[in-house]
Amino acid sequence: MNFMSSEDQIAYRDSVATMLAAEVTAESIRARWDSPKGIDEKLIEQLNELGLNTMLVPESCGGLGLSELDFILLAQECGRAALPEPLVDNVLVANAMLADVACSDLVSAKQCEDLLSEVAAGKVMLACGHWINPFINMAHIHQWLLLSHGDEVHLVESSAVELLPQRSADPSRRIFKVNWQPKAETRIANGEAGAGLWRRALNRGALGVAAQLIGLSESILHRAVGFTADREQFGRPVGSNQAVKHLLADCAVSLEFAKPVMARAAYAVGSNSSDADCAVSHAKVAASRAAQLCARHGMQVHGAMGYTWECDLHIWMKRCWAIDKTWGDAGFHKNRIHERLLDPSTLMGAGHTFTSATSKTYNSQEGAA
Amino acid sequence: MDLRYTATEEAFRLKVRQWLEKNVPCESLKSFDTEEGFDQHRAWEKTLASDNWGMVTWPKEYGGRGCNLIQWLIFEEEYYRAGAPLRVNQNGIFLLGPTLMEYGTADQKSRFIGAMASGEEIWAQGWSEPGAGSDMAAIRSKAIRDGGDYIINGQKIWSTRAVFADWVFCIFRTDPESTRHHGLSFIFVPLDAEGVTVRPIDQLNGLPGFAEIFFDDVRVPVFNRLGEEGEGWAIAMSTAGFERGLMLRSPARFQEAAKKLVALYQAKRNDILDLSLEDAVVLCYLDAEAYALSTYATASRLMAGGNIGAESSCNKIFWSELDIKIHETAMRLLGARGELLPDSEDFSEELGVWLDGFFFAQSGPIYAGTNEVQRNIIAERMLGMPRK
Repeated sequence: MNFMSSEDQIAYRDSVATMLAAEVTAESIRARWDSPKGIDEKLIEQLNELGLNTMLVPESCGGLGLSELDFILLAQECGRAALPEPLVDNVLVANAMLADVACSDLVSAKQCEDLLSEVAAGKVMLACGHWINPFINMAHIHQWLLLSHGDEVHLVESSAVELLPQRSADPSRRIFKVNWQPKAETRIANGEAGAGLWRRALNRGALGVAAQLIGLSESILHRAVGFTADREQFGRPVGSNQAVKHLLADCAVSLEFAKPVMARAAYAVGSNSSDADCAVSHAKVAASRAAQLCARHGMQVHGAMGYTWECDLHIWMKRCWAIDKTWGDAGFHKNRIHERLLDPSTLMGAGHTFTSATSKTYNSQEGAA
Repeated sequence: MDLRYTATEEAFRLKVRQWLEKNVPCESLKSFDTEEGFDQHRAWEKTLASDNWGMVTWPKEYGGRGCNLIQWLIFEEEYYRAGAPLRVNQNGIFLLGPTLMEYGTADQKSRFIGAMASGEEIWAQGWSEPGAGSDMAAIRSKAIRDGGDYIINGQKIWSTRAVFADWVFCIFRTDPESTRHHGLSFIFVPLDAEGVTVRPIDQLNGLPGFAEIFFDDVRVPVFNRLGEEGEGWAIAMSTAGFERGLMLRSPARFQEAAKKLVALYQAKRNDILDLSLEDAVVLCYLDAEAYALSTYATASRLMAGGNIGAESSCNKIFWSELDIKIHETAMRLLGARGELLPDSEDFSEELGVWLDGFFFAQSGPIYAGTNEVQRNIIAERMLGMPRK
């Protein structure tokens, strides 16, 4: 039993964090808002050069063969930077889903493997349109889309569908509705295989949101601490007041108890554990509560400044508010937990934290024998 | 990261489980805030110690098993799962024990630790005074050096378990000219010493869980001082014995409470009109799990050479508020019969357990440093916000 990230994971995270800190500033994010595509194409190339695109693709399919556990720390950094590029959904969800098909015995495996090599080379980008999300973020920069029709998975060229741009309250998001008709020739999976792919995609997507929410929240908290140290009222920093301290201390507590939950969820998804659904839902609920609190208290301690367009805070707050409802809202995820609580076969209580993460169930009679 | 128990860890769990199955009393003990219950709990401590289960993380020479923190968590899980009695000597084993091991002389360790581990000597804590609660540096009780002794005068209050305990560990002002956190020393006093008067204070449940302790020219040998004279504050504040930040409330306790809450919810589910109860139950369950995950993460970090600082303040806030949420939710599920005491017609043991727990949960955000003080610590030491 060991809960620590490996040195490699920390080193990879640090290198991505350093790069994002240098390349993604509040100023450059604002510049994207006024640009036609809303993204920094050079940055996408740079990220791909780090091998991110195929991080979760097995080595047998030409990827790095890393797991959700390795990626989750990077997703947290993407949140911290409020990265507008849809890296997390690309790498953690769409590319990984394509790899799942490419490495399967489905007839579409070869076609997916070919596309995957183009994705790996950075020639094309792939987005995932899960039924749980009404919109696809940045659909316009992707050449290929994975779309759901019931349990069916369709791999569709974006040039073959109609993308209807919507406006998001978060200016960094460019969201689209997709108008399309499923056809037999675009179907790459259906039935149980399709349902399984969508289920995994949802868990990965929700895990990615949880990690980003934690990174976004940490950034908001950091900004709030900085602002309240500098801003003086009544002749002293506003951050020296207990009422202000306690608002931010509560944010810190909520984050402290969301991070290990996120790590466990990444582990559960990465090891295909039977409790992945609930572990992910827990992570999403915990991260969402932390993010709501950090956005709320973060803005409160900024005073009127926090309510302006000029103050950078809203870059992070609006991202929290927008992505919080994607990949299943709180109702969806709490309901998955509720079902587990009502299931008589669920083992809970002391000693069962990792029950389904362990290989065998345990009782003393069995052990004694 | 590997969230599977090793074969050694599983074997340890089995060993704990088998021992507990054989030894945990079938009938629940009376409250340790009654004389009879106190003796029952003292006997249980002796049973635990007889096979070195009293404090598994302690070295073998002090009656422990030299376990690491993951094994400690496993022990705690099995302990609460088995419904074993609460620890009457928690002030001793969780708070004083680790401090004594760090700051005590060899003679002090051999004098006190064994008797603490066996339950032969039960400890109370004497830090608060009428004028020194959250502001502990306002302590006024004095211990003045007189040859090989200290002569103690003053008053301590809110001393948990002190009514029936044998010893109290205190902070006294050994330098009468000193102020605030200077000139304080950490001193042990036997509660049967001449000049000590213990006045019980009834708690919310009507039992004397607290005491007020008066010291009137009480003489104790210098041997009873832990660490150097004047070092009392540093020792009391020390987080070096990280067990304190981690061990005071292990997650198993709340996971078992959350499990009982879910069972109560299942039983009442068809009669519930308050729709927000579903949400409350789900969140209690999740938070109990989150506390367990966080504790495993902290244990792993400490085992890898890390330390625990202001995170222990986060823990304190999280578990105490969780305990309140669990019990508030249970009381909402129980409805109007929740107020019943024994001997009422509709009373049941289940009702009594929840009401006791509800009362006790109210004290969580206050003892061991109020949650407001913890929030200050988090803001200043973890987030780096300005003190003034």
